[in-house]
Amino acid sequence: MEQILEVKDLHVSFNTYAGEVKAVRGVSFELNKGETLAFVGESGCGKTVTAKAILRLLKPPFAEIKEGSQILYQGRDVVHMDKKALSSYRGEEVSMIFQDPMTSLNPTMKIGKQIMESLRIHKHISKQEARKEAIELLRLVNIPSPETRVDSYPHELSGGMRQRVMIAIALACSPNILIADEPTTALDVTIQIQIMDLLKDLKTKLGTAIILVTHDLGVVANFADRVQVMYAGQVLERGTTKEIFEDSRHPYTWALLSSVPTLAKESKQELYALKGTPPDLILPLNHCPFAARCEHCMQICKERNPAETVLSETHRVSCWLQHPDAPRTLTFNGKEARS
Amino acid sequence: MAEETMGMGPIPKEEPIPKEKFTVIGTDDFSGDLIARPQVSYWADAWRRFRQNKIALVALVVLAVMVVMVIIGPHLNGIAFEEIDQDALNQGPSAEHWFGTDNLGRDLFSRVWQAGRVSIAIGIAGALISTVVGCIYGGIAAYFGGWVDTILMRIVEVLFSIPYLLIVILISVITDSRSIFSLMLALTLTGWCNTARLVRGQMLQLKNQEFVLAAQALGVSPWKIILKHMLPNTMSVILVAITFDIPNYIFSEAFLSYLGLGIAAPNTSWGALCSAAQQTFAFYPYQMFFPALLIALTMLSFTLLGDGLRDALDPKLRK
Amino acid sequence: MVKYVIKRVLYMLLTLLIIITVTFFMMHSIPGDPLASMARNLPEQTRENYYAKYGLDKPAGEQYLIFMENLITEGDLGESIRYPGRSVTDTLLTNSRVSGTTGGLALLFGIAIGVTLGIVAALNKNKWPDYIVMFIAIMGITIPAFVMAALLQYFFTVQFHLLPTTGWGRPENLVLPVIVLSFNTIATYARYVKSNMLEVMNQDYILTAEAKGVTPFNVIKNHVLRNAFLPCITILGGQIASVFTGSFVVERIFSIPGLGFYYISSINDRDYTMILGTTVFFGALFVVAQLLIDIVYGVLDPRMRIKAKD
Repeated sequence: MEQILEVKDLHVSFNTYAGEVKAVRGVSFELNKGETLAFVGESGCGKTVTAKAILRLLKPPFAEIKEGSQILYQGRDVVHMDKKALSSYRGEEVSMIFQDPMTSLNPTMKIGKQIMESLRIHKHISKQEARKEAIELLRLVNIPSPETRVDSYPHELSGGMRQRVMIAIALACSPNILIADEPTTALDVTIQIQIMDLLKDLKTKLGTAIILVTHDLGVVANFADRVQVMYAGQVLERGTTKEIFEDSRHPYTWALLSSVPTLAKESKQELYALKGTPPDLILPLNHCPFAARCEHCMQICKERNPAETVLSETHRVSCWLQHPDAPRTLTFNGKEARS
Repeated sequence: MAEETMGMGPIPKEEPIPKEKFTVIGTDDFSGDLIARPQVSYWADAWRRFRQNKIALVALVVLAVMVVMVIIGPHLNGIAFEEIDQDALNQGPSAEHWFGTDNLGRDLFSRVWQAGRVSIAIGIAGALISTVVGCIYGGIAAYFGGWVDTILMRIVEVLFSIPYLLIVILISVITDSRSIFSLMLALTLTGWCNTARLVRGQMLQLKNQEFVLAAQALGVSPWKIILKHMLPNTMSVILVAITFDIPNYIFSEAFLSYLGLGIAAPNTSWGALCSAAQQTFAFYPYQMFFPALLIALTMLSFTLLGDGLRDALDPKLRK
Repeated sequence: MVKYVIKRVLYMLLTLLIIITVTFFMMHSIPGDPLASMARNLPEQTRENYYAKYGLDKPAGEQYLIFMENLITEGDLGESIRYPGRSVTDTLLTNSRVSGTTGGLALLFGIAIGVTLGIVAALNKNKWPDYIVMFIAIMGITIPAFVMAALLQYFFTVQFHLLPTTGWGRPENLVLPVIVLSFNTIATYARYVKSNMLEVMNQDYILTAEAKGVTPFNVIKNHVLRNAFLPCITILGGQIASVFTGSFVVERIFSIPGLGFYYISSINDRDYTMILGTTVFFGALFVVAQLLIDIVYGVLDPRMRIKAKD
């Protein structure tokens, strides 16, 4: 598989009055052509910040990508791109859709114009052509009567429609990577399914790689090829969707999976709830970040950060339970778990 | 594949980890969560932000000094503000008359602070009147809602659509007495409209907010809701409105006095002093300089203080 | 939209009616009648003729009806009491041309400079251009117009003899009054545009535009400015009012024969018909301006068009 994006040791900090908040702490991953990679984790675990960093959308001096971080798009260095290169990289190579379609569209600009803007920047085509393409794009994202809708303002559309428009904008120049930051969180459940189906459909049609930022594991199971579980700005476990859902090795992943409600017969027991809150990201944290909330926490977990253990070509986990001296059999939430 | 280290904290292989470190000890008791970041109350947080704003702090100090000077200033050099000295007409600042004298030989230092009393008193009284009236009016409109609200707000809208100074001028022409009382009446007759609007808006917004609804659902008494939830959240709006109201009243009074419609002799205000100095400004610029400086300084301080307060009290800015 | 405009026009007429009525009866409630001081020494017969001429022999209610009838049918606001034979309406129209010139210029100048300064400040937030602009803005809000006028007069005319002190008719007479009148507008707009721009720059849709690859310049030009300028239209009403009331002071200082100048002199003269007429004129001007502004805003902001339909 051809690799198109590589992120190495990404560190992002926010400079607040209380001190430096280290939101992303050494995240590394790679993305292959046409695949879907999901970032999963609780709110504030650094998944959105990582996504925004890929497009360099974080605003200095408040937010800063630390020296030594590497983001390589097809071998090109994104961290040090100049304004001009950045402008053609954004939208044409990598594009992004955001969580809240109600606020993500310019309220005083017709949606057609907002789609055309992207086309005209990157494809250098005339207004008439851009308009035609914009209508086609609206058709592609299943907006009814696109010829008239193209002249609508955002407030004349429903939330689901607006998210479709956002997708049309993002896909206007057929980018290689689409970053979807919680694309369905702000929408009704029925609309969520429609939007995810649309994304799935477009992905197969256009061959776009997708980075899906979400905390909805249901969406991940149906949609992602690979999953990366994030916590406190670090990746705790990564693997194919099958590996994560069927053979996860990190207690945090177990907790996430156990807190999803299921309709299966056996799950008559109470839904699992993870106690506590993620650590304050101002703290230095030179041990396992999950230690305080982990049922299987050991003394070593509070002293050192575990290394990443390679379980298969795709499956890796950062946990001290992988150490040969750690206990082999454990129970989690009433079931036997394998570490 | 061999064990490989990536990301953070590689383990030095040569140093073996003692076995006892690998017994499960379980989760924390989460008492750590509570002390991780201290809970900051709204007013403490606002005070912290306000203190960081050096400009607003300086403005506060300037205003405090101004208030002290207005109280003691007229007595400092022992010359009464209305004392006429025929031998010292239009004298420049000197050791005897610190700010000089006017065309009747009256000491300008004493006069400036005496005038300040009137100006600042009018500013504060005006702001208090419009706050009280505005709160009651806005509160009634928000509390009763429905047609009461519609009618009350329609009246405010009509009053609002007439230029403020036009009304003030008209009232002062009609009352025609130059007493402070009729001046206050003219200034505050429609001055409360803005406060009424703000209070009503804030109250209505709060009425429908989740935490008030939640408190109601939990059976908290209406009194407690008003005291604990509505008031503190409206206080900030009112406080900021007051800081912006005071300089506006001072300004309007100065404007009226300048046009000869404000305070009458022997009493005086900063606007009246400026008006008197205007005729001879080309020859005795210092006569206007001091009262003008004090108006500007007061306006400036209140504006900066208001800006600082608004920034400090706006919960939307809490991070 | 049409329904909205009709509704607003009706409200405007109601407001105007209230302004006229209240002013009329307030002017008539002043203790002693307006002619008292002038007519004191006249013979009985002449005095009665005089009263009859102004309709002052009739009850206030009837006077009001006559006044309204003349106003609505002919736009006639009566005759000056202090200067018999001088029509209030004609005087107002003549004077408003003078005030309109200074006021209009001051507004245009003030908005142009204020908006520019606001943009400069927003784009250079927390750098020296921002500090300079905010300093100017604070000065414009805190220094009263009469102080500003006196200072400018002192430096430009008394000290350096660059411009005429007072007077009317030549272009150079306009310079100082326009600067003084526009200062508040400059300050208000600089502050307002800056804070609006900063607010818009934090919106999600700006991030969307950046993610599309729109260059920083075009993000400002196509996305930030339009959204930041729209609310600026709504404060125009207040600015028009401030320029006109500012003219009371400025026209007096620079001896400009405009509305404000005559308003203040008619107040000093206790020329009641002039005061009444001018107040009604100012009120009408302001209310109509406010209405036009609301309509323009409704047309320009797509979100308002929907609301206006309801």
